[in-house]
Amino acid sequence: MTPSSTNRSGWAAYLQVAPLTLVLICFFAVPVALVVIVSFFRYQMLVGIVPTFTVKNYVDLFTNPTTWTLYASTLKFTLIVLVVTFVLGFWIAYFLVFHIRNLVTAIGLFLVCTVPFWTSNIIRMISWRPVLGREGLINSALQNAGITSQPIDWLLYSDFSVVVAYVHLFTLFMIVPIFNSMARIDKALLEAAIDAGASRFGVIWEVVLPLSKTGIALGALFVVTLVMGDFFVVTVMSGGLSGSATSGIFNDLQFLNYPRAAANAVILLITVLLIAAGIFRLVDVRKELVR
Amino acid sequence: MTKKDGLLGKAVSRRGVLKGGAAIATATAVTGFPTVWAQNLKDVTLNHVGMSYSVLPDIARQASQDLGFKIEMSVVDHPGLLNRLIQDPNSLDIADMEIWQSKIAVPQGVLQGVEIAKIKNWGDLTPLYTEGTFAGKPVSTQGDSPFEFIYRDSKDATAFASGKTDWANFLPGVYNADTLGIRPDLTGRPISSWADLIAPEFKGKAAIQNIPTNGIMDAMMAFEAAGQLTYGDKGNPTQDEIAATIAKLIELKRGGHFRALWNTFDESVTLMASGEVVIQSMWSPAVTAVQTQGVKCTYQPLKEGYRGWGNGLGLMAHLDGLKLEAAYEYLNWYNSGWVGGFIAKQGYYSANPKTAMAALSENERGFFYEGKAATADITSPTGEKTNSAGDVRDGGSYEERFSKVAVWNNLMDEAEFLYAKWNEFSGA
Repeated sequence: MTPSSTNRSGWAAYLQVAPLTLVLICFFAVPVALVVIVSFFRYQMLVGIVPTFTVKNYVDLFTNPTTWTLYASTLKFTLIVLVVTFVLGFWIAYFLVFHIRNLVTAIGLFLVCTVPFWTSNIIRMISWRPVLGREGLINSALQNAGITSQPIDWLLYSDFSVVVAYVHLFTLFMIVPIFNSMARIDKALLEAAIDAGASRFGVIWEVVLPLSKTGIALGALFVVTLVMGDFFVVTVMSGGLSGSATSGIFNDLQFLNYPRAAANAVILLITVLLIAAGIFRLVDVRKELVR
Repeated sequence: MTKKDGLLGKAVSRRGVLKGGAAIATATAVTGFPTVWAQNLKDVTLNHVGMSYSVLPDIARQASQDLGFKIEMSVVDHPGLLNRLIQDPNSLDIADMEIWQSKIAVPQGVLQGVEIAKIKNWGDLTPLYTEGTFAGKPVSTQGDSPFEFIYRDSKDATAFASGKTDWANFLPGVYNADTLGIRPDLTGRPISSWADLIAPEFKGKAAIQNIPTNGIMDAMMAFEAAGQLTYGDKGNPTQDEIAATIAKLIELKRGGHFRALWNTFDESVTLMASGEVVIQSMWSPAVTAVQTQGVKCTYQPLKEGYRGWGNGLGLMAHLDGLKLEAAYEYLNWYNSGWVGGFIAKQGYYSANPKTAMAALSENERGFFYEGKAATADITSPTGEKTNSAGDVRDGGSYEERFSKVAVWNNLMDEAEFLYAKWNEFSGA
């Protein structure tokens, strides 16, 4: 970056990147390489790995309709959660940045958003059960108010409850980066837009949204990786009735089928990388960050 | 990976120290200083690993207190135990396995034989394990019945013996006969058959366990009882039979029959206690747990019989010297009654009914073993009330219950096929 760094001799630069490189090799490159290798090994019933080369694991996965069902279900949840967390995250961030005049109040409210994160996510998830259950808060309220005569079943152990839990758990990951992007927007731009005759909505659409796209991209990346990599929330909140790509991996691990689980992990990794690449194609996050 | 190696490394070094201690102990014992032996025994730590329902901290505490050396317990799930047994056998000393798990552990050579002569009250153990008979009648051999897998020919054998020998693969532990749990206040009618699990009237109010080896048995019992499918041997179904069963399960799941598929003990308790589910696969202590919350819950005997299962304590192959002596002392303690009494109040049975019954009060003995009405309140092992005076245990006496085991938990020949199919069911 600075002119002096280009004058340094080559080895100093290598030395500077060495610690990070070592960490990445030990904790990222080697484990991923191992997973890829194991994914080509053979599985022996309940004993585990036999080191002979085979592509059977991949063939099994691609020809098994269950894999496709699970990926379809995961993508469905990812899309729904992405849309809901974006809408919520964008408006909350917009409110905090542009409507709260006092910086201290804004930061205070921002911290309030993080309060749920002071508890474990298991507790945050499980606590939906007494709310959504058949004899839960919502159902008893509706029945006592005479609105429904039968408990509504689809509130819990359904796709609905899974989405509720995801949104509750992951919206903050959307708020933070969008908040960060919006805070960098020069407020004079908004005034200029209004002076030039833009409507309130026009300002958001033409000015705020384009200038927040780095935050949106980062938030989307967080949400996508979190939802795609989850099996716990979906299992607990659907009562085991829905699965995800990762729950397929988990099921294989249950029977010590490491090779097929590894193959599944490689496929999932490639899928997530493709989605991330897509997001980065839309928004050049690196360029925007150093802006 | 690194973490696992670290743990293993630690275990090895600890064992190294113990081995050294054992050598010294042997030397001193020969020269006649038994106190030194006892002193060394105090430094022994045995790691007992098994599933949540039998690996209970209270047992470890009592054992450590009574024996003078330390028993540590670690809880794993079913696949977790297999994982440890195969991938990291040196990380545990006592394997608390289900019978079907020994079908993997024994051929892999990770266990050493238990010398029957060293087990003090082997003769008092239930013949269900040691003879393959119960109440004078042969036990069902559909599935993996304990007698088929208990014996081996020598200490280092890696196969099961066909008849009685002097070496066991494991010391019989806890066991039970499982059935469906129901909410009698919410089912609206008496439940008498496994077919009721899939009865259309319980649509959206039924649950099944999401553990393939057990779940498939519950499903097969239900479909057979309902006359929808027939099986040659439910303990070892063919691929076609498994495929047909899973197809039926998927149909039910898509039709909204199951409120949930539960994975853990506490999930089954929550489902039942909250009224989300009125009929489901259940384990006996889960029923007790629901009852302690003051909710009516029955472990309903069904006319087609029970799904039996059993555990055994295996000695890991690496145990030797002082540590092996300690392990035998632990097995003898385990078999001497305290555990049996504790386990009975939890809802299971000890494989040693004689010592277990002796450890219970007359009221408890009558309630849990003899099918008599309780004469006073019955409490759980932790002291909460589960039943009132006058209550009779679901399923009647011990003898009545175990003479009706229709099928055993098992590892079927087509297990790999089952797992693949079960994945389809849970993903459907």
